[in-house]
Amino acid sequence: MKFTLSWLKDHLETDKPLDEILEKLTLIGLEVEEVVNPAEELKNFVIAKIETAEKHPDADKLQVCTVNNGSEKMQVVCGAPNAKAGLLGVFAPVGTYVPGIDFTLTKAKIRGVESMGMMCSESELELSEDHEGIIELGEGAADKVGTRYVDYAGLDDPMIEIAITPNRPDCLGVRGIARDLAAAGLGTLKDENLGYSDKGDFKSPTDIKLDIAKDKTHICPAFWGRYVKEVKNVASPSWLQARLKAIGLRPINALVDITNYISYDRGRPLHVYDADKLSGTVSARLGNKSEKFTALDGKEYDDLEGTCLIVDEKNVLGLGGIMGGEDSGSVLETTNVLIESAYFDPIHIAMTGRKLNLISDARYRFERGIDPQSVELGVNLATQMILDICGGTASEMIKAGTPPKPEKTLEFDLQRVTKLTGVTLSNKEVTETLTSLGFEVKGKDQTVTVKVPTWRPDIDGTADLVEEVIRIVGLDKVTPTPLPRNFGIARPVLTESQKRVRTAKRVLASRGAVEAITWSFITEDQAKLFGGGEAELKLANPISSDMSDMRPSLLPGLITAAARNIARGTQDPVLMEVGQTYHSDKEDGQHMVASGIRCGTAGHSGNGRHWSGNSEQVTVFEAKADSFALLAAFGMEESKVQITTDAPDWYHPGRSGVIRLGPKIIIGTFGELHPETIKKLDIKGPVVGFEINLDAIPEPKKKSRTKGAMEITDLQPLTRDFAFVVNSDVLASTLVKAAIGADKKLITHVNLFDLFEGPSLGENKKSLAIEVTLQPKAKTLTDEEIEAVADKVIASVKKATGGEIRS
Amino acid sequence: MSELETLEKDLTKAIKDAADLKSLEEIRVSAVGKKCSISALMSGLGKMAPEERKSFGQSVNKVKQAVTTELESRKAELERIALNERLETEREDVTLPMRQSPALTGRIHPISQVWEEITEIFADLGFSMAEGPHIETDENNFTKLNIPAEHPARQEHDTFYFNEKEDGTRRVLRTHTSTVQVRVMENEKPPLRIIAPGRVYRCDSDQTHTPMFHQVEGLVIDKDTHMGHLKWVLEEFCKTFFEVDDVTMRFRASHFPFTEPSAEVDIGYSKKGDEMIIGGEEKWLEILGCGMVHPNVLRNVGLDPEEYQGFAFGIGIDRLAMLKYGMSDLRAFFAGDSRWLSHYGFSPLHVPTIAGGL
Repeated sequence: MKFTLSWLKDHLETDKPLDEILEKLTLIGLEVEEVVNPAEELKNFVIAKIETAEKHPDADKLQVCTVNNGSEKMQVVCGAPNAKAGLLGVFAPVGTYVPGIDFTLTKAKIRGVESMGMMCSESELELSEDHEGIIELGEGAADKVGTRYVDYAGLDDPMIEIAITPNRPDCLGVRGIARDLAAAGLGTLKDENLGYSDKGDFKSPTDIKLDIAKDKTHICPAFWGRYVKEVKNVASPSWLQARLKAIGLRPINALVDITNYISYDRGRPLHVYDADKLSGTVSARLGNKSEKFTALDGKEYDDLEGTCLIVDEKNVLGLGGIMGGEDSGSVLETTNVLIESAYFDPIHIAMTGRKLNLISDARYRFERGIDPQSVELGVNLATQMILDICGGTASEMIKAGTPPKPEKTLEFDLQRVTKLTGVTLSNKEVTETLTSLGFEVKGKDQTVTVKVPTWRPDIDGTADLVEEVIRIVGLDKVTPTPLPRNFGIARPVLTESQKRVRTAKRVLASRGAVEAITWSFITEDQAKLFGGGEAELKLANPISSDMSDMRPSLLPGLITAAARNIARGTQDPVLMEVGQTYHSDKEDGQHMVASGIRCGTAGHSGNGRHWSGNSEQVTVFEAKADSFALLAAFGMEESKVQITTDAPDWYHPGRSGVIRLGPKIIIGTFGELHPETIKKLDIKGPVVGFEINLDAIPEPKKKSRTKGAMEITDLQPLTRDFAFVVNSDVLASTLVKAAIGADKKLITHVNLFDLFEGPSLGENKKSLAIEVTLQPKAKTLTDEEIEAVADKVIASVKKATGGEIRS
Repeated sequence: MSELETLEKDLTKAIKDAADLKSLEEIRVSAVGKKCSISALMSGLGKMAPEERKSFGQSVNKVKQAVTTELESRKAELERIALNERLETEREDVTLPMRQSPALTGRIHPISQVWEEITEIFADLGFSMAEGPHIETDENNFTKLNIPAEHPARQEHDTFYFNEKEDGTRRVLRTHTSTVQVRVMENEKPPLRIIAPGRVYRCDSDQTHTPMFHQVEGLVIDKDTHMGHLKWVLEEFCKTFFEVDDVTMRFRASHFPFTEPSAEVDIGYSKKGDEMIIGGEEKWLEILGCGMVHPNVLRNVGLDPEEYQGFAFGIGIDRLAMLKYGMSDLRAFFAGDSRWLSHYGFSPLHVPTIAGGL
């Protein structure tokens, strides 16, 4: 919402300086976004008189003038055809920045003649596009020579732009803003100009009616107007043009400008039809599917099903409350007009505007909810302005329907202000504040009856009244009050899963990974590549096609980020992310996942070349180590989970694993990325990665902080080595598990220390060597006892794997 | 000079002259071993008179002791020389680079760090952390928060929608963390103190807007909490978070459909070159929106606004991070550029705590 200071002062009697007004606007909820004073830029331009003008000796189209700027006479070369002795105009001395030509004047010789400045046109001052000649001020300016042009032209009028929150349609008119400022103590609200107050001189020759089915009359409950005949449409007077220009509107002609002006002055949209272009009765009705309409913006809108239209007996004239049409609008030749002042349902306007994708000042106001009681005022304001500027004779008012009269009254316990804000105000202060905003307060007790003004559709309850009071009284009156502590010393608040997120990030970062936060949405191709792409996880309105699908995995985001890093020359990135993946649009379809990738040679001890030995290319075991470092942080050991080899197909089939807890729960996956995946994501391999679903890890059952008694013995542990020959497809974990299981009391650890594959073992065979640690508990083991355990290990491994002890 | 003295003198010299441990050992064996020269002297002992024997024996023992001491000291000396010679061959160029601990290159994203900082502060004030899904119902994102279907406020949210389902409903990507308010109030009984940090989404993109960003929602519901408490909590938060005692804050009236009264809060700052200095009233920067929870929202979640009241606020985590740590472009937060992450990220060992500083 834009307006100028002088415009505000039409409604507000105030002597407060601009800064104070701006600050107050912002504090009471009308946030100032921009203030521009055109006078700032034009302050050096002064009124001057050309005393002599003679032809330039070396140029036909130039004149050499003597310009009197009030204090001295200067030689100025001028190219304007209208420059002549005696002309009063606008002079820019050397050193002045001239906005229209984007140039700062310097002392210059023009065709050999020195020029000490410039006589300016309107376009050079960016006041209009007129550059035919220099500005000619009337004789009235004669005694103003030497003074600032901006003062003479009334340009010293700051334009203020404020942000209006959707609850304040009343402040989409300057008067509403003035009312708020007056309430906030910045002046007095002037009496309201109610416009034309006579009955009218004749009966309108054009009739209006509402033609809307009974159950939908709320869409346009009132359509009032007036016929004004024998007007003379003209260019608007300069004050009106100046105001419209100041707020960025282009003056068109008086009849159009008047409606725009009232829209901004009072937040009251209106329309003025050229009555001679109308056929018969004008009515408001709902449109149908086959109807089309070309609006003032030059665009054709079709499918007007259910849209409230203003029509005559032949044509559609306008989209009610949104935009009029080209054909029935007022032009300079217009002599008879019909003023329309109607009320439209905010929701209907919002829906229609959105459906047609049409933004207008009228829609903006109607959809937020203008004062329904302003229908009559609108007619009268427009009538008076038309009569004042264009002359003519006004008809009687014509009325179809009745404007709604919201009669909202609230029972208001004045203590509510203190209860919600902590600020203690006297009943008088509360009552006066509300009254100054237009509320009617009745009653003298603690609880009063408050009648809400018709221009405040946003006020529904007592909390709204508290807001009105506190914003006007000032939020600075609210005293910071300590929130009582629930406990002397704060208690822990994080849930197990919240702690896991924190821990996961720090575990992975301590292993050298750099945490990235990548978009939750990825391309459809990538989503599909990683098992996603479901219809229910596709955005209907993605910001770009690269961000169309909710990610089923963190890996594609990390891999593409790594690819960009590599392309920039970063060596072997190690990236991780802890964030959500999406598997359905239901609540349990979102998982908290920790994921990481390593590229190239980015192993755990560093990457690249080193004098002590270069780093090898990463393998599945780096990814596995990262995964199990995470699990260890959550108290899960490798021995507690199962690893299967059926990882999803974005992994290398032979170099990947799935971490499971029982047959159903999948905790995560790890592995080298499939060469096809790497190719599709356009990254140089190898890339290894993992994903751990933090939500799938069961919460520890034990709540006690005690760690349990430590079992310790003075007896020395002893180790025995075994080498087994097994089939190539036997998993190491099966063998290790079998060995540990051979004697759960004595065997405390099994370390697989050798893997050998070679022709000497036979086809499809491998040798796995383990070191078994035995921990005697009560007494030193005898050789026989040790032998017995060894036999059990061999038997157990053989049973589980079919493996034989290697001879 | 007696034989004994001569022997002692000869042995001492030999010991001193021993060039290495091997020859020293040979001397030891010949001097004090079982068949040694000193023992040989003792063999004549039997022939001596008791008095003489005693005195001679003492003298021999003395020599033996002296020689032994000599031997030990020479041995230690030779060992030291040998060790020094070995060490001399074991020189490394210690200026060669070592492999660094991976913990030195790992980084925590500034958003995670700030998230933890925020959590620390509010945990101290007794706020627990609540969460909710990103894919939300229209109901939770708008309707229950007092944003009716056709209200212009809904258009201002630049919402990401999913496709309409057969039953006519459609899910949205939550546009704010206020959805978590609804979830908490529906599932837990007051008194409530929660914060809800998380990702939120708006269909918007430029230097200061990204389609995904982070907010932290705060909510306090009980019977007496008022705007004074809200103001205190936010002031305390800012002082602790920015680690300055004289934070200046400006509360401006504003409008949010889910709070009434509502306010926006600016923080005062000044600029020194490129650096932003928090404090003072030279410039203002909006950092959050807040207010008293709207009675309609309370009703929508089954709480009686006559009985319960409280406040809510929403802060942009990314913006807080930018303010505190001096990043200028929001888009870089989500670009995954390891140069940016290494520069603005945090060591994994730098865990924010109230005791140690945030």
